[in-house]
Amino acid sequence: MDLGPYLMLAVMEGAVTAAVLALTAVGLSLVFGVMRVVNIAHGEFFMLGAVLAWWIAQMVGGHAAWGFAAALIGAPLLVGALAMAADMTILKRLTHDPERTIVATIGLLYIIQQSALMIYGADARPVEAPFNTRIPIPWPEHGPDGWQMIWPWGLGTTSYKLAVIVAAVAILCAVWAVLARTRFGLVMRATQADREMATAFGIPVARVYALTFGLGAGLAALAGVLIVPIQQAHYLMGADPLLLSFIVVIIGGLGSLPGTVLAAVLIGLTDGIISVFFSPTLAKILATLLVALVLVFRPLGLFGRHKA
Amino acid sequence: MRVVALHMGLLALLLGLHFVLPAYHQGNIARVMVLASFAMGYNILFGYTGLLSLGHALFFAAGMYGTGLAVQHLAWGAGPALVGGIAAGAVVSGALAFLALRTSGVAFMIVTLMFAQAGALALLYFSEWTGGDEGFVLPQGGRLLLGLDLSDANIRYLAAFALFATCLMMCLWLVRTPFGRVLIAIRENEERVRMLGYDPFAHKFAAMVISGTMAAAAGAAYGVLFGYVGSSFAEVQNSILPLLYVLLGGAGTVLGPFIGTLFMFYLIDLSSDITTAHMLIAGVALVGLTLFAPQGIMGEVRRRLWKGLP
Repeated sequence: MDLGPYLMLAVMEGAVTAAVLALTAVGLSLVFGVMRVVNIAHGEFFMLGAVLAWWIAQMVGGHAAWGFAAALIGAPLLVGALAMAADMTILKRLTHDPERTIVATIGLLYIIQQSALMIYGADARPVEAPFNTRIPIPWPEHGPDGWQMIWPWGLGTTSYKLAVIVAAVAILCAVWAVLARTRFGLVMRATQADREMATAFGIPVARVYALTFGLGAGLAALAGVLIVPIQQAHYLMGADPLLLSFIVVIIGGLGSLPGTVLAAVLIGLTDGIISVFFSPTLAKILATLLVALVLVFRPLGLFGRHKA
Repeated sequence: MRVVALHMGLLALLLGLHFVLPAYHQGNIARVMVLASFAMGYNILFGYTGLLSLGHALFFAAGMYGTGLAVQHLAWGAGPALVGGIAAGAVVSGALAFLALRTSGVAFMIVTLMFAQAGALALLYFSEWTGGDEGFVLPQGGRLLLGLDLSDANIRYLAAFALFATCLMMCLWLVRTPFGRVLIAIRENEERVRMLGYDPFAHKFAAMVISGTMAAAAGAAYGVLFGYVGSSFAEVQNSILPLLYVLLGGAGTVLGPFIGTLFMFYLIDLSSDITTAHMLIAGVALVGLTLFAPQGIMGEVRRRLWKGLP
């Protein structure tokens, strides 16, 4: 088997990573854009989504699809409610001051992560996918009888992985619709543009902030639920999504949603491709250095623009 | 004068404790003194200059690995290896300062965090030399300094004390020089400092190099005194801990880092009997401090009792 099928496999795996990453990063980007809060605990909301998915699926029982469906609705709602509570009790009291909230969300990170360790334990636990058919992918190859399709061993994907990609696209469209078409979205964008003017116009900014923080955390949790049938739930699983979402949000331009989605696809695919051909550690080193240098030399991100 | 008396009093007390403490607590206090030196280095940048770095684990690790690798692979003695580790810390902090100081505020935090993360990953990547996440134990030969065996509990305590005393006196002297005053002025209002004709970048650069070098000295000493070099010291957690120590003890006070380290060290030590999730305490402390006591312990003392405390 030559290079082509490997590349195809890397792209398929990368697309799943990109889909999940886009959800997580859009959550982080929303919170940063509207509230100017850098949420270091964002990866822990992702982890909580996955862990709660295991817990809910465990409680529901019956066919795997029922448990998963319940988790898909229940886990993001629970995590969103928890995040709103954290915003109202902690971040609001810090008046959302950027530097102090970073320290507070670092604290929140350890509180959530270590509580998960105490309650859920240090084991990685799987959740069964609702459906999981293997789909082999054909590959054209030039043989003695001219071009023909072959099915290289190992090249393929599963119906669940395709469903994750479709679901992520659907959810992102829904988020966009909420932002662009609903009253809540309008209020959110108004708060993002000018917090004081929004207050002057009678927008309940505190409530908008709480809802935004909840929505951002809910998106991360949703990504966690979607990934858990592929990658087991573990209390330390929040670190990688946090790092990657940071990279995505910074490359895509802080607070810009289309830039974030584009960067997620870019980073997800390159991460998949580099990890297949080189060491994953090297991929991460290059990515972190890249993001640090982008911040130093292009502080608005690669796709960011100066505000008028 | 009272100020000097207070700090010398603490040093005398710590030296005296050497003769009365039981072995277990003697080991703990030696560790606290090294970590407090790390925190004091952190405090110069965060407490006095007002720059919140999330990457000081990189400097600590530069000192630790600079020393450890020289001992392990070049068979250097502890003396030259320590100097090499501290020099490595100065170079790394200088390079990072050059890049990261082009940003400010939240971007500065993320840039330092990202570079430190890249450093920690690089230690894993070059595991052939660094031993990866298992690290390596320093050979006995690398722990002899001027004929003194640093692995001996008594000498270890005194060596940690020497490091701590040097860092404490340097801090006390530094923040009372005109240079230190400019750093505090930068923390309060950088634009005005520029208007007064000082160069903020040069001062911040110097503060970051001093801060990083002190952190590296603590890292180098930690490796030699406790005989182990590992990549866990380069991880994010080790950048958060000095922040926590300084916040708890009081940012921008000379004694704060020591008080914070002492308090936190024993809190975690006691809690590890109850639960393995000891970072939970750190998390609760961080949130509680930002909410209720952003000044920290010594900050409150300064506010209520002693206005002129440095």
